[in-house]
Amino acid sequence: MIKVEWLYWLVGLVFVVMAVQMAADRSNPKRWTSAAFWGLLGLTFPYGTGVANGEAHNGGWTLPAEPLGVAVLVLIVLAGGNFLGKGVPVTTTAEQREASAARLGSRIFIPALTIPLVAIVCASVLDDSGLFETGKATLIGLGVGCVVALVVGMLVTGEKKVSAPLHSGRSMLEAMGSALLLPQLLAVLGSIFALAGVGTQVGRIVDDVLPDNSKYLAVVAYCVGMFLFTVIMGNAFAAFPVMTAAIGWPVLIEQMHGNEAAVLAIGMLAGFAGTLCTPMAANFNIVPATLLELKDQYGPIKAQIPTALPLLVCCTVIMAVFAF
Amino acid sequence: MIVLLGVVVVILGFVTRRNPVLVVGVAGIVTGLLGRMNPLEVLAAFGRSFADSRSVTVFAIVLPVIGLLERYGLREQARNLIGRLGSLSAGRFLTVYLLVRQVTAAFGLNSIGGPAQTVRPLVAPMAEAAAERTTGAALPERLREKVRSYAASADTVGVFFGEDCFIAIGSILLITGFVNSTYHQELEPTQLALWAIPLAVCAFLIHGARLLLLDRRLEREMALAAAEHDLPLPKGTTK
Repeated sequence: MIKVEWLYWLVGLVFVVMAVQMAADRSNPKRWTSAAFWGLLGLTFPYGTGVANGEAHNGGWTLPAEPLGVAVLVLIVLAGGNFLGKGVPVTTTAEQREASAARLGSRIFIPALTIPLVAIVCASVLDDSGLFETGKATLIGLGVGCVVALVVGMLVTGEKKVSAPLHSGRSMLEAMGSALLLPQLLAVLGSIFALAGVGTQVGRIVDDVLPDNSKYLAVVAYCVGMFLFTVIMGNAFAAFPVMTAAIGWPVLIEQMHGNEAAVLAIGMLAGFAGTLCTPMAANFNIVPATLLELKDQYGPIKAQIPTALPLLVCCTVIMAVFAF
Repeated sequence: MIVLLGVVVVILGFVTRRNPVLVVGVAGIVTGLLGRMNPLEVLAAFGRSFADSRSVTVFAIVLPVIGLLERYGLREQARNLIGRLGSLSAGRFLTVYLLVRQVTAAFGLNSIGGPAQTVRPLVAPMAEAAAERTTGAALPERLREKVRSYAASADTVGVFFGEDCFIAIGSILLITGFVNSTYHQELEPTQLALWAIPLAVCAFLIHGARLLLLDRRLEREMALAAAEHDLPLPKGTTK
């Protein structure tokens, strides 16, 4: 049986290999701290197996969680203290890419489409085969899909060296920087909120404000809350743990028995509608205005608000109708 | 009540544009300590929830494949294909681009577009050229800005309301990672991605309709601008 932990080890290994590439890359002015960050992140994946084992699976070997907590704080300091740098990407020239695009045509899309295709096959057809750990077929399918796609990709492009995709992937890592880790850290923050009782406190306030058992009002509060929090913070990911701990989970799912997947997925999208409206999400809304040399830097936001507001209504209505 | 200070830290941190990773770290420590955990317990909480939410960062495994394809001209080929849409009107062109962006993002290809990758070099100039071709005159500054803004919006709306249909995207994995580690559920990414489809359709209908209306609006405003331009002409002058 293929276990999801194997996938985590593979991800960890990829990070460690990329960290080694970074350490050897003299064009990166912060190569040692960058390598330390991604290498340490890579090591947290296999170490995490021991920590997660201790919590969920009995019978496995266990490791204490505290050292991993220290590692997470070190990652936060390295990422937050501006210790991550970029090297000059090891890649092809624009002319080479044009030529290769002309040579390969739309065959270049085949490997990319392989990833979701394999993942979907794993999650649907092979889910009951006993080949994968129960409940993890999609994630494992994603890993399998990436490995298959990499082989297909090397065949389609005629690339011989395995180091080539790793170098290209590493350049993408360097470009994303600490933003890559933010979703996982926000999930961590959400868990700490829950442990410390933030959800119960906010829930108490919400209980005082919301009339009892008013499903529709609670749905509106969750969707509009996600939207507004995202507008204020400029990031739907950051709004999600807060609003979900406050209303989404305790009220909509536990109290009113809403469909978990529907409530949470649509709640996140209500936040995305908020992202369309806010200058706080500078990389999505202000950067394009600068790139397009617009005089009015709010031009894109003005073009998006009349779409975002009806979409917020759609989120609210779809959740209210289909999630219960 | 005092644990809510953690939430305040998050909001203030993001509003004042501090480094998000640092904000999240400080908020976590503050919340843990205010929630009556001792420092060791806070560390353990960080470690345990980090281990439980490793699935969120699994999407990084896609990067070598996409990186390899970009090395061999993935973006260039996407541009070539979009470039073939040159004979459409501005609104129709942007509607097709919106659809292409949504569908490709739904298959995990959210990096082939973007303001720097496609909008500036390709989508905005093509939309402007199309608008000038159909209205038959150079666009005044104000309308040029409008067309460019709509080009940017087609890209952003497309990727936002397409990518969540793909299972290996940060937002979907954040939801499963958070819920599965915090509330001990076994939610699968596919279940969430399915619920993103109806909203992707809504986004296409709403924004697509607005992009199509852009054509009419451009025509009307161009006619108006031309009429205004004609006013000060003295009587009897022919054009």
